[in-house]
Amino acid sequence: MQTKLKVDKAVKAILLVSASFSILIVISIFVFIFRSSLPAFKEFGIQGLLGELTWRPANGMYGILAMVVGSVMVTLMALVLGVPLAIAAAIFLAEIAPRGVQAVVRPAVQLLAGIPSVVYGLFGMVVLVPLVRRIPVTGNSGYGLLSAAIVLAVMILPTITSISEDAIRAVPRSYKEASLALGATHLQTIFQVLLPAAKSGIGAALILGIGRALGETMAMIMVIGNSVILPAPLDNNPLTVFLSQARTLTGNIAVEINYASGLHASALFATGVVLFVLIMLVNVSARAIIHRGNPSAG
Amino acid sequence: MNVPDITSTNAMNLAEKRSAADLRRRQAAQKLSFGLFWLGALVVILIMLVVVGYVFITGFKSINLQFLTTPPKGGLSGEGGISTTVITTLYLVGLILAISAPLGIGAAVFLIEYQGQTQSGGKFIRSLLQVVNFGVETLAGIPSIIFGLFGYALFVSTLKFGFSLLSAALAGACLVLPTIIRTTQEALLTVPVSLREGSLALGATRWQTISKVVLPAAIPGIITGIMLSVGRIISETAVFYVTLGGSYRLPKNLFSGGRTLSLHLFYLAMDTNAFEKAMGTGAVLIVSIILINLIIDLISRKLSAGVRLHQ
Repeated sequence: MQTKLKVDKAVKAILLVSASFSILIVISIFVFIFRSSLPAFKEFGIQGLLGELTWRPANGMYGILAMVVGSVMVTLMALVLGVPLAIAAAIFLAEIAPRGVQAVVRPAVQLLAGIPSVVYGLFGMVVLVPLVRRIPVTGNSGYGLLSAAIVLAVMILPTITSISEDAIRAVPRSYKEASLALGATHLQTIFQVLLPAAKSGIGAALILGIGRALGETMAMIMVIGNSVILPAPLDNNPLTVFLSQARTLTGNIAVEINYASGLHASALFATGVVLFVLIMLVNVSARAIIHRGNPSAG
Repeated sequence: MNVPDITSTNAMNLAEKRSAADLRRRQAAQKLSFGLFWLGALVVILIMLVVVGYVFITGFKSINLQFLTTPPKGGLSGEGGISTTVITTLYLVGLILAISAPLGIGAAVFLIEYQGQTQSGGKFIRSLLQVVNFGVETLAGIPSIIFGLFGYALFVSTLKFGFSLLSAALAGACLVLPTIIRTTQEALLTVPVSLREGSLALGATRWQTISKVVLPAAIPGIITGIMLSVGRIISETAVFYVTLGGSYRLPKNLFSGGRTLSLHLFYLAMDTNAFEKAMGTGAVLIVSIILINLIIDLISRKLSAGVRLHQ
């Protein structure tokens, strides 16, 4: 009995240690990335990194503003393209689709979620980029924000769909029954009862989608062109800004880290810090918005 | 005398007509919108079919036994097959799971099985549990390139493991750890409390209860989590792009670099013009993801059948 209890204590200690690992990893990620970015922050200051457009490591210029704009623009465009479809699919799966149809749509969404990002990137390079290149604008290479946003929209769709579907399904049945009993149609019930009740869950789905979009790396490198420029219209038509090339924060890190050293490497770690802060900001502000709209939401 | 009656019937008729018209209008709106929802679902399926179909149709042209069994030869035309990259991927899957599965399952067991303990040190354990849960949540939200950057800073540079299997495996283990912890937590939560109580009441210690009663009951869920992680490792590219080096030769030991399937696809697409071979590699990747999804589906179906039996 005594030895059994000793084993018990030892196991508990071992489990405690393994549980502590996740927090240890979080701390080391913070420490390593912030510490490695310190030289760049000390040398240029936040102003010098975030306020400058020119990234030219060979000349000691490390402005990352253009990449911040690139990341934010491609994410916003992907949201505009992807969110309506993603939420429509979620409503369809939760409320409208007959069982047999669900059994077709849901695996399709699941498969879209599982396809590796490099495969999306490759599809973008081989299929989308040549299509976009056909738009007759001088300087349009096909690689750029539009192609990247389409690829990204498809990549965030399954995340948003499946979490929103869960959120809609989690609304108590009685809400729906009460609304229908009062004479509302199914459509009115969906838009005026179910969606408002599932608001915080759908909000969480959007946050995850935005996080995934900001964090996507390889597919973006493959289709966005990677030029470090502030996206600008290619001719007089302001819409051609969407055909402009760009570089994302993630792409900047991945493309250059393997050969960078000294201040250059430190500036790339600073890029990581900015990416990290950007994602945190999205999380915090989105959560605040959701909670303000619905104070009872957990 | 009858006048008020007539007007009131008229009013009622009018109201009825109005509400009937209103109902018809609302029903028409519903029909139209539901049509749009069906269209949306159709678009989602079409996107899936176009992406997967295109990769399969163009990819299967370059897939044959030789493609699968010869190593890549490098060079700008992307000659050769994918054999070494398949093996490197398997090495990495094995290594990452060997590190992250025990850690992740252990962490989940601690988080679930010890949360009710309020003996001496109960307060310490409770605040530790909160911190760890926060850590898992944070890890799950960190983009993979940050894990890559971390792996590069700690394992490749500081610890001097270089671009190697070891560096990539350690960084990859950090990446999948939250997945394993969360799915195992969910699996443990589905095990009825009565099983634990029964075992403890029979005089078993907590560890005996966990190892002989709770874990066996939770195994299907845990396997699901591990399969999800396998899928994640096979798909992941960014982390390995900055930690694994990218040599297409077979790694000789833990300290040699290598190239996974998805990394190989990336190099083929970006550095060579061998798009057919890249598509072939993509097709192999999608097939493995489909297989993994099928296995997960099978387990969860068995699992729900089992639950029905219990009830």
